[in-house]
Amino acid sequence: MSEYALEINGLKKVYSNDVEALKGIDLKITKGDFFALLGPNGAGKSSTIGIISSITNKTEGNIKIFGYDIDDNFPKAKSFLGVVAQEINFSQFEKVEDIVITQAGFYGIPKDVAKERCKNLLEKLSLWDKRHDQARNLSGGQKRRLMIAKALVHEPKLLILDEPTAGVDIELRRDMWDFLSDINKKGTTIILTTHYLEEAEQHCNNIAIIDEGIIVEDTSMKELLSRLSIQSFVLDLDEELQDIPELPIFDLKSQDPKTLIATLTKDDDLNTLFNKLSDHGIKVKSMRNEQNRLEELFIRLVKEKDGN
Amino acid sequence: METKELIWSIITLSEKELRRFMRIWVQTLVPPAVTTSLYFVIFGSLIGPRIGAMDGFDYIQFMIPGLIMLAVITAAYSNVVSSFYGVKFQRAVEELLISPMPNWAILFGYVVGGVARGVIIGVIVFLVSLVFYPSFEIANYGLTIFVLFLTSIMFSLMGFINAIYADSFDDIAVIPTFVLTPLIYLGGVFYSINILPDIWRNISLANPMLYVVNTFREGMLGSSDVSIPLALGMMIGFIILFTGICLYLLKKGIGIRQ
Repeated sequence: MSEYALEINGLKKVYSNDVEALKGIDLKITKGDFFALLGPNGAGKSSTIGIISSITNKTEGNIKIFGYDIDDNFPKAKSFLGVVAQEINFSQFEKVEDIVITQAGFYGIPKDVAKERCKNLLEKLSLWDKRHDQARNLSGGQKRRLMIAKALVHEPKLLILDEPTAGVDIELRRDMWDFLSDINKKGTTIILTTHYLEEAEQHCNNIAIIDEGIIVEDTSMKELLSRLSIQSFVLDLDEELQDIPELPIFDLKSQDPKTLIATLTKDDDLNTLFNKLSDHGIKVKSMRNEQNRLEELFIRLVKEKDGN
Repeated sequence: METKELIWSIITLSEKELRRFMRIWVQTLVPPAVTTSLYFVIFGSLIGPRIGAMDGFDYIQFMIPGLIMLAVITAAYSNVVSSFYGVKFQRAVEELLISPMPNWAILFGYVVGGVARGVIIGVIVFLVSLVFYPSFEIANYGLTIFVLFLTSIMFSLMGFINAIYADSFDDIAVIPTFVLTPLIYLGGVFYSINILPDIWRNISLANPMLYVVNTFREGMLGSSDVSIPLALGMMIGFIILFTGICLYLLKKGIGIRQ
């Protein structure tokens, strides 16, 4: 079997209105990876996922899932794949339990096995109490968790999550990530698209950024983040500051009398900054990144591409 | 998919389809029984005796096969068109497209749903007819059941094609309301074409519903206005043609894939 969970070669998509959504993308995702596929709205993420899932027809190119071509060996390739779509895609009038068991049945899983798996998943995703409810009566977050249960019931080796945490509250979101990290550790390859870039930064090992139908970046998260030449920190001060001290290396700005924003280059170290501030009688109570680092890079990469 | 998995996937989809129309039985199973009862009361018991015999049968007796076919055709067609359009509308069709089920298995599952509803409705309407005409006896059980299934399959396939092309709920109502119902009413449900002037009789022979209704009447009463081998051949031909069209549309993803 291939070393890759997913291989995409020369994938192109032109819609009937002549919009060229994908301009020949190539992508390889290794087995067991937790991979982020990011891009602005309309970049081609959903088209890519749609083609992998067979809900969108491709114009050109080929896709292999665990070495099986989706055109030549459709059933085998699809048996490895689970997809949590961006939009709700189950019958709203069916019961929660029936939706999950029926989905398992579409993969040829007998009812007794499906029932057992459904119970495990609904319990883990805090939906067991809702199993007899019609899906339309679930909250937005519950529907999203039902989508995850549905995508996992046939135990796929490759799971695609298209905006899985949209509309999910903070506590449940954390539980969901714990759950997903756990199944990734057990061997499931996960591909994630999200607008919460801190989630991608936190969970993903590798990343591709797509914009206007082209992959503009395909690398490891660590390598990408290491490219940040400057970082900004928000410093919460012990006392109000009258004047901002002038430090030769560091760029300091005042956000309010008790908050400073310090910008450091890659070569600067925080100890020097704290020593210098201490020399000026400034005590720092706490510190945090000014903004999400990945977000900063993401915006820069997309802007660079637009500039080209 | 292995054969066992494939069989299980078809059973699952068929069960889902059955569960769908059984869950809303008040909308799907009761109305034909009520409507048919009204037909029997008005045209059978009240007006029927004044009309007299039709093709040598009591008028109510003559009407029974036609009314069963009317209900079966409507049920099989509307089951598949509304179910498949419903999953398209709710994007639940993606559940099937993402799965490893082959296109023919998806089509098969929906046709099973349509046939099941068509046959159940056929039995219900027949039981209602026995209330109004208890002495009714089926002339040819084999032909009756065969035609019942052929008709349900044919109109389930037509419903599937309609659902694939439908973009709105209006689109799934247009064909049944403006095409199917008039053709069925003019296809010999209430009269034999032998009572029509030649010109209307010849025009009626171009109506495919005439062959469906009359083949079923042949099975139930042993009387028909058309050639049975020709009618059966037409029905089987249409089933092959519609199956081919459905599979082609599914393969191309027309109406379901972007």
